[in-house]
Amino acid sequence: MTDTTKQPKIQVRDVTISYAGKAVLRNLSLDIHPNERLAIIGPANSGKTSLLRCLNRLNDLQYGFSVTGQILLDGRDIYAPNVDVAALRRRVGMVYAVPVPLPWSMYENIVFGLRVTGIRDKATLDERVETSLKSAVLWDEIKDRLHEPAHNLSGGQQQRLCLARVLALHPDVLILDEPCSGLDPISTGKIEDALAELAARHTIILVTNNTKQASRASDRIAFFLMGELVETGPTTQIFTKPNDPRTDDYITGRFG
Amino acid sequence: MKQDKAIAFALMLIALSAVSGLALITVFIFKEGLPLILKSGAGGFFFSTDWDPKAKQFGIFSMIVGSLVVTAGAMIIGTVFGLGLAIVLTIFCPKALAAILKPLIELLAGIPSVVYGFIGVVTIVPFIRDYFGGPGLSVLATSIVLGVMVLPTVTSISIDALKSVPRSYWEGSIALGATEWQSTHMVMLKAARSGIVAAIILGMGRAVGETMAVIMVCGNTLEIPSTPLDPLRTLTSNIALEMGYATGEHREALFATAVTLFVIIMILNIAALTIARRGIMSNNR
Amino acid sequence: MRLLSPAQAQKVAVATMWTLAAITIGILVFIIGYILVLGLPYVTWSFLTEAPRQMGRSGGILPMIVATVAVAGLAVLIAGPVGVATAVYLTEYTREGRLTSFIRFGADCLAGIPSIIFGLFGFVFFTITLGMGLSVISGALTLALMVLPTIIRTAEVAIRAVPYSYREVSYGLGTTRWQMITKVVLPSALPGICTGVVLSVGRSISETAAVMLTAGSAPRMPESMFDSSRTLALHFYILSREGISMTNAYATASVLIISILSLNVIAYWIMNRFMRRVR
Ligand SMILES: Nc1ncnc2c1ncn2[C@@H]1O[C@H](COP(=O)(O)OP(=O)(O)OP(=O)(O)O)[C@@H](O)[C@H]1O
Ligand SMILES: [Mg+2]
Repeated sequence: MTDTTKQPKIQVRDVTISYAGKAVLRNLSLDIHPNERLAIIGPANSGKTSLLRCLNRLNDLQYGFSVTGQILLDGRDIYAPNVDVAALRRRVGMVYAVPVPLPWSMYENIVFGLRVTGIRDKATLDERVETSLKSAVLWDEIKDRLHEPAHNLSGGQQQRLCLARVLALHPDVLILDEPCSGLDPISTGKIEDALAELAARHTIILVTNNTKQASRASDRIAFFLMGELVETGPTTQIFTKPNDPRTDDYITGRFG
Repeated sequence: MKQDKAIAFALMLIALSAVSGLALITVFIFKEGLPLILKSGAGGFFFSTDWDPKAKQFGIFSMIVGSLVVTAGAMIIGTVFGLGLAIVLTIFCPKALAAILKPLIELLAGIPSVVYGFIGVVTIVPFIRDYFGGPGLSVLATSIVLGVMVLPTVTSISIDALKSVPRSYWEGSIALGATEWQSTHMVMLKAARSGIVAAIILGMGRAVGETMAVIMVCGNTLEIPSTPLDPLRTLTSNIALEMGYATGEHREALFATAVTLFVIIMILNIAALTIARRGIMSNNR
Repeated sequence: MRLLSPAQAQKVAVATMWTLAAITIGILVFIIGYILVLGLPYVTWSFLTEAPRQMGRSGGILPMIVATVAVAGLAVLIAGPVGVATAVYLTEYTREGRLTSFIRFGADCLAGIPSIIFGLFGFVFFTITLGMGLSVISGALTLALMVLPTIIRTAEVAIRAVPYSYREVSYGLGTTRWQMITKVVLPSALPGICTGVVLSVGRSISETAAVMLTAGSAPRMPESMFDSSRTLALHFYILSREGISMTNAYATASVLIISILSLNVIAYWIMNRFMRRVR
């Protein structure tokens, strides 16, 4: 599945992330290949979220934030001065730990990003809503009540709606920050199913605190610890014979 | 990005309009009023009781006294009632009832000042005339009307101050066996002190600046009132009464009256803002 | 020596507080009741739709209604966008610092300035210096300045109540800051903003001193923005003060009170729905 012969989708080169001068992620280098599902695991505060929020430059909004090194998407530096940040964020779609439906109908939530890019045509919008909801494994549950408020959905459904909302924009890369942290096993399963399908068309980076989920839903794993990348490797290898004893400690739950 | 910068700049310019408005007001009021004050001198303007536009006598001392006296009277009423209400609404009253009472108090703030003045004229003034004597149009009537008018200001700002006191203070005090009233005046009022003082000062600003209601009930005489039943004239009523026909130096004198009023108001405003800000800081500490 | 035991003091205090509250509400009910009982019977259809005759001794108040709507409406139409833009700037485009304190200080001071001073300023600045004369537009501009702080304050509170996560979601979906503000933040804050606007309309309608000096007192139908006009509140003042017609004064006051009451109810209703949605 992981195709290492092509150019990497994302190249993270010697990246250091700091808030107010305090480095929280140091000298990280990591390649992420097209159509792979990379899971990032690691204990709290190891800098996983910080990295994700750099990939779509959401951290630009944070006061005191700074990043050094380079992050390349398809070989181009996303922090270069002439980058269209809004377009970048459409290409690198993010799903947050807590689902945040905007206070509109489900339909409006999904077409919002499209409307902003200037797509007005009803048929196109309808089609995108349907395909993205299907990809997010939500279509069958809500197809008859698309115009109800999105707040009426359950937490698990809301999270899949948020996934569909991102998918509607046809992103290249999906970054998901603990998308299942507040969900029941059934909803979690549905999201994992969706991700498995989506890997055919997207590059997926999944941050998770759940090592079982990482083992189920990824091709490769990166283990972060206290702001450093300890090791990366194919999922099966990390779970059977990791190179670093700290990785072993973490996934077997002996960490601490 | 460039567009964003342009929007930010445009918004900043618009955001400065409140400050610019304040600056314009200050400049124009002073430009029109200051020359006459300088010409008459402090003694001839602030400390003289001779107001006779025909004779070019412009002394506003009696109006300064008038404004201060009715403001003091109004604040007694406004503070007692306003603070009482704030305490009832935040501490003693069930939530549901408070939800009904609060908008009613805000409604009180929405009633036009001419209506307050009018009600004062048709109810309070005759009552005072019949039962206490004098012309009815008096310090007492004006103070009562103004007191009711500043009550919503005092109430709503005091409520904010009381609400900003951490709930643990109240619970701690009750847990130590204090009665609700003891906890109220020994803990809550003390902790909310600076906000309440700010509320009272802002209420004072309202009272000093109120015009239409005052014109209707104060009597507008030029003497310094010596009892609560005497009529009086305030700075504001002086301006509003005579502005309609004033020209030349007379008009300048009215603007000079406004300069005096403006300075008093600004001092009160700044005092209230400083005290309120200090209060917020000490509560956060 | 203590006069009362703590338990007794508690009883006395609570009783006193409740009495004060009851008196206040009593005053409110009395004022509104008094005006409406004496005035409403005279508020007839022809009173609302006719011009005044003999300086208001008889006839109706149509020109005053039009003048009030024009002056207050225009004032809010001017102050609304300026106030909301200021609030957007304060909340979305800067961090707290010298400039924001400066702007807030300006707005707070403006809020404390008495209406008679606004009137005097409007008189020298708009009517004389800018040559607008005693007119609807002079009155409206003066009132706009007067209600600006209220609109800034309420809009700022409403905008801040919009969850930060909405902004992140919007950015995440590839909107610019301006799109995020116009498409996500402002629509969510709209009810709160409307409350401030409606209350400002109420204040503009109630205002007398500032309008008297800037919009004039001619009791006729304003035909353009540059015509002098007489608002309802001023008409009421003139009728009652000059003793022209008590019945018409009461009736005019009733119309005023009903308008203010309705505006407050509307503002309260919008706010309640808003609170329920934001939770
Ligand atoms: N906006 C910010 N300002 C300052 N420090 C921050 C900010 N965001 C994150 N940090 C710090 O950066 C470090 C890494 O945080 P990050 O959220 O990336 O960790 P994480 O690996 O995602 O943890 P978790 O598993 O708990 O989500 C933490 O010490 C955190 O306190
Ligand atoms: Mg995280």
